[in-house]
Amino acid sequence: MPPESVSLPVAAERPVGDRGVARARAARNRRILVLLTRVLLLAALLAAWEALARAEAIDPFTFSMPSEIWDQVWQWTAHGTPQGSLGEQIWVTLQEALLGWGTGVAAGVVLGIALGRVPFLADVLGPFIKVLNALPRIVLAPIFLIWFGLGPASKVASAVVLVFFPVFFNAFQGAREVDRDLVANARILGAGRRRVMLQVVVPSATSWIFTSLHISFGFALIGAIVGEYIGASKGIGLLVSASQGTFNTAGVFAAMVILATVALLAEGLLTFVEKRLFRWKPQSRDGGR
Amino acid sequence: MTIGDPPGGAPAIELRGATKVFRTPSGAGHTAVRALDLTVEQGEFVAVVGPTGCGKSTTLTLVSGLEEPTEGEVLVGGRPVAGIPPQVGFVFQQDAVFPWRTVLSNVMAGPRFRGVPKTEARDRARDWLRRVGLTAFEGRYPHQLSGGQRKRVALAQTLVNDPEILLMDEPFSALDVQTRALMSDELLHLWGGSGTGGRASRASVVFVTHDLEEAIALADKVVVMTAGPATVKEVFPVPLPRPRKVESVRLEPRFVEIYREIWASLGEEVRITRERGAGRAA
Repeated sequence: MPPESVSLPVAAERPVGDRGVARARAARNRRILVLLTRVLLLAALLAAWEALARAEAIDPFTFSMPSEIWDQVWQWTAHGTPQGSLGEQIWVTLQEALLGWGTGVAAGVVLGIALGRVPFLADVLGPFIKVLNALPRIVLAPIFLIWFGLGPASKVASAVVLVFFPVFFNAFQGAREVDRDLVANARILGAGRRRVMLQVVVPSATSWIFTSLHISFGFALIGAIVGEYIGASKGIGLLVSASQGTFNTAGVFAAMVILATVALLAEGLLTFVEKRLFRWKPQSRDGGR
Repeated sequence: MTIGDPPGGAPAIELRGATKVFRTPSGAGHTAVRALDLTVEQGEFVAVVGPTGCGKSTTLTLVSGLEEPTEGEVLVGGRPVAGIPPQVGFVFQQDAVFPWRTVLSNVMAGPRFRGVPKTEARDRARDWLRRVGLTAFEGRYPHQLSGGQRKRVALAQTLVNDPEILLMDEPFSALDVQTRALMSDELLHLWGGSGTGGRASRASVVFVTHDLEEAIALADKVVVMTAGPATVKEVFPVPLPRPRKVESVRLEPRFVEIYREIWASLGEEVRITRERGAGRAA
């Protein structure tokens, strides 16, 4: 999202006349219009849902309604959930997801780069990885529950297997597509194998890896939630399954709202870190300053 | 010759019957260079010209130690090449500067890789940035520079290591005509001034190009390669006085004479390559 400050000061600095100012104003007006339309669309959807449920055109018991969901979120926030405070549930899920994400990313990056740079390893392990990747990995969650019990370990494990593959494949591709001239240049300039790896291969693979980090954090959350849903003593997944068990539709939706908020916050944080890390890259959108 | 022999009078580079065969993905062999004999004396500027895709660049990768010859010998400073000789510098056709490093950090890379302490590496890098006129840009990233500026960074990055042998693989071919002439002059200037620092003599240069004018304007000796697989067809001395200015030397009658003479030899190979290409397309 380029903020208004990108284009406005330029127009103000350069007194090219009314045209620059008018163009900046038009661009800003358009952004406001888009934002306004978005808000209106959301409000219309929520209002329609609420109205239909109240008029009993759709069954309020099975479909719930926005006001009930809001009440549920508020009640959990203010008075806690049946299994403890809401903050604790979010924190447990987040911890499992983060731990699984970190482990999966580390394993994926290390193995991906290793296989990308050592053709022998890639040839030997390639088929195994293909088979594992073909497996719908979410079915491993019940096995992890048996192996690691009701605690966080089984959730972390399901998050790890979900996160590993996309990161692995991106790191693998990134390590294989390193510019040969860059490697040759580094070698002639005097870099040994270790330096080539750390200062050429890893930096050029990072942009590939980062694209996978965005989707993979979502996967980590899925892994943690599904693990909790199957069996847990704490967490948002448990909130979902407990609400489902008592036919509390509003509860399921409320848990979803909370999850979406958490995921969006994490995504924002990641984008921020990425921007700092990739200052060397040409800006694709507004061409930098 | 014994191994530890101080290679006092040895030529800078010697290729003796060097042949390089690459394996293609289909398993067949592709001969890039065949029975190549070439000698580059110390401090000599040699330009290698030949039809496009004939294997000129392979010659450079053999000298740099990036590839080993399938047959024959490659000697640098009188010693057979095993691995990358430390006295070699290489300027690539495409940008090979590290895009995630700033200009200064790019030029510091070579000395840092070779174990020079940080402060000293920075001083040396700054000195070279001054010589190529990029002092004001040391904090920029490569994508913020023009093509010519990036090439200057690449030159500084290579020259900061003070190479005795400078290998250049069509370094200016991606630049526009004006920038190319400017860079050629700058290269001659830097080369003429090299050696004033650490060494007594200037570097030996092998400059691969498909531009005959560029070759004559720069070099002491122009080597014409045959259509692929490449081997040396003829060697022409360029007895033009130095220092030269690329733009004005082109207009001298002696230059035109040399051009005509070399083109008679090179043109034939270019024609052969073109006919082969047409034959393949048909």
